[in-house]
Amino acid sequence: MSQVSRADDIEFLKEQAKTVRIGILKMLAEAGSGHTGGSLSAADVATALYFSKMKHNPKDPAWKERDRFILSKGHAAPLLYTVLALSGYFDKSLLKTLRKIGSPLQGHPCSKLLPGVEISTGSLGQGLSIANGIAMGLKMDGMNSRVYCMLGDGETQEGQVWEAAMTAAHYRLDNVCAIIDNNGLQIDGHCCDIMALEPITEKWNAFGWHVIDIDGHDMKAILGALDEAEGIKEKPTMIVARTVKGKGVSFFEGKVQYHGMAPTSEELERALKELE
Amino acid sequence: MGERIATRDAYGDALLELGKKRKEVVVLDADLSGSTKTAKFAKVFPERFYNIGISEQDLIGTASGLSLTGKLPFASTFAVFETGRAWEQIRQTISYSSLNVKLVATHSGITVAEDGASHQAIEDIALMRVLPNMTVIVPADGIETKQVIEAIADFYGPVYVRLGRSKVPVVMPDDYKFTIGKAYRFHIGKDANIIAAGIMVSVSLDAMEMLKKEGIDAGVINMPTVKPLDNDAVIEAAKASGLIVTAEEHSVIGGLGGAVCEFLAENYPVPVKRIGIKDTFGCSGPSDELMKLYGLTADDIVRTVKQGLKR
Ligand SMILES: Cc1ncc(C[n+]2csc(CCOP(=O)(O)OP(=O)(O)O)c2C)c(N)n1
Ligand SMILES: [Mg+2]
Repeated sequence: MSQVSRADDIEFLKEQAKTVRIGILKMLAEAGSGHTGGSLSAADVATALYFSKMKHNPKDPAWKERDRFILSKGHAAPLLYTVLALSGYFDKSLLKTLRKIGSPLQGHPCSKLLPGVEISTGSLGQGLSIANGIAMGLKMDGMNSRVYCMLGDGETQEGQVWEAAMTAAHYRLDNVCAIIDNNGLQIDGHCCDIMALEPITEKWNAFGWHVIDIDGHDMKAILGALDEAEGIKEKPTMIVARTVKGKGVSFFEGKVQYHGMAPTSEELERALKELE
Repeated sequence: MGERIATRDAYGDALLELGKKRKEVVVLDADLSGSTKTAKFAKVFPERFYNIGISEQDLIGTASGLSLTGKLPFASTFAVFETGRAWEQIRQTISYSSLNVKLVATHSGITVAEDGASHQAIEDIALMRVLPNMTVIVPADGIETKQVIEAIADFYGPVYVRLGRSKVPVVMPDDYKFTIGKAYRFHIGKDANIIAAGIMVSVSLDAMEMLKKEGIDAGVINMPTVKPLDNDAVIEAAKASGLIVTAEEHSVIGGLGGAVCEFLAENYPVPVKRIGIKDTFGCSGPSDELMKLYGLTADDIVRTVKQGLKR
């Protein structure tokens, strides 16, 4: 049985997302480096997954019936570590060790070192293929677990993403639910200037996916989309979560330079005031 | 020694047998199942076969995912595409996380023949050998290939197996038992020892006979596991003869020759001559003519051994 009971309480999840953001900022400030913007933009979706939607058991990370979460945009590791720690996969005190020598909290997630990480990621464009393989294996075994896969929008410039898009549709992997954290930014600037992605919805539709477009910070919309995806048969689902990079901290929001910059202690203090 | 079997054909048969015995075996291919011979498995077990289409990176990722659910995936395509196009996927997922995925590639080396350089993988051993956690196996013939497929199914971890397109002579004895990491000593020579892998094992055995007629005692060691190398066998050969010749259908850089040189230089320095593709690309032509053109014949080995002894 899942340790985390389904909590449809939107207010609880909103509060929890705040706690997650605070955790992300604190660990990044402590580490002195890491990816702030993309951890914050995906925080609401990850919170909805880990504290409401997903069946999982932090006491038994290998529980066969669990739903899987693949963080294809592995640089959002601080987000993954925070939701895992808050779920109870490991002691919260470990969060302080992010990026330090000997820590299981590597700069990018390492499945060999940290319970709850399904597979190591960090090189963009590869997670959806892995999610598909897991989904195929689950189907073969008659399991009804679901596989969630979080991608960055810039990440979908990788050709392999579209190979995997075809595979999921071809093999009718309706147990796959991918989410694009559509924050409009990548490292060198706005996605539309670097390598335009739109029309995102139409592209995934054309690749045979069921696509749901939502405001990725609206908890009710997120839960609604995740529920809708579960009801879709014979097709994988893509949730295009329209988000703001750096969401939750006014002076990080929409700022391309905070992609890979950790908050200074002064910024942390200001950020915490805004959030708390 | 009359029989000739392509290692890819032996793979197709071995995979089918394995599929009958173990239901966790799943097979993935990238639109080359007829050539890699995974089609044999696909025909009998369609529900355990995934054609991923012409997308090798996705092939590797999907195989990785299947292994995470406890399946035993065999992912096959041509060596140049499997290890080249998808190298980083292999590194980031299979090697880094030490996943139980078997990468069995066919059409390695110049004996791909007429298709030419674009299809002739001569760097795949180097590409796989450099990856942590990876085991690299180059079977010499059909008998060894069958044994290798059975052995790697019982071994938990990532393995790269390098197979060929062309028919090659059967050289291993019927009662041969392959063990990962163990060489097979045909003969240990007092004058020179040839350490060979793959198709070059049979060529080396021919060279051994030719040298014998000239009064030169050359030995031949089949080194199917290039990583981890059988260090004991290499030392034994070096101690017995003082001249080592490596022979492989691969670049002289980074393959079996490289592995033997690295080991001997640090542990028991003796002169080494490397037979292989000399830092160049292949080209189109019939297999046997290409073997001559690139210096991979028994005559080339004989000449190299004699040169090495003359120093
Ligand atoms: C294959 C690969 N190329 C480049 C990088 C370096 N990199 C890390 S994050 C990033 C930008 C990602 O943008 P996006 O996917 O939009 O993520 P987000 O905005 O959510 O942070 C890049 C280029 C990488 N990690 N992997
Ligand atoms: Mg982005």
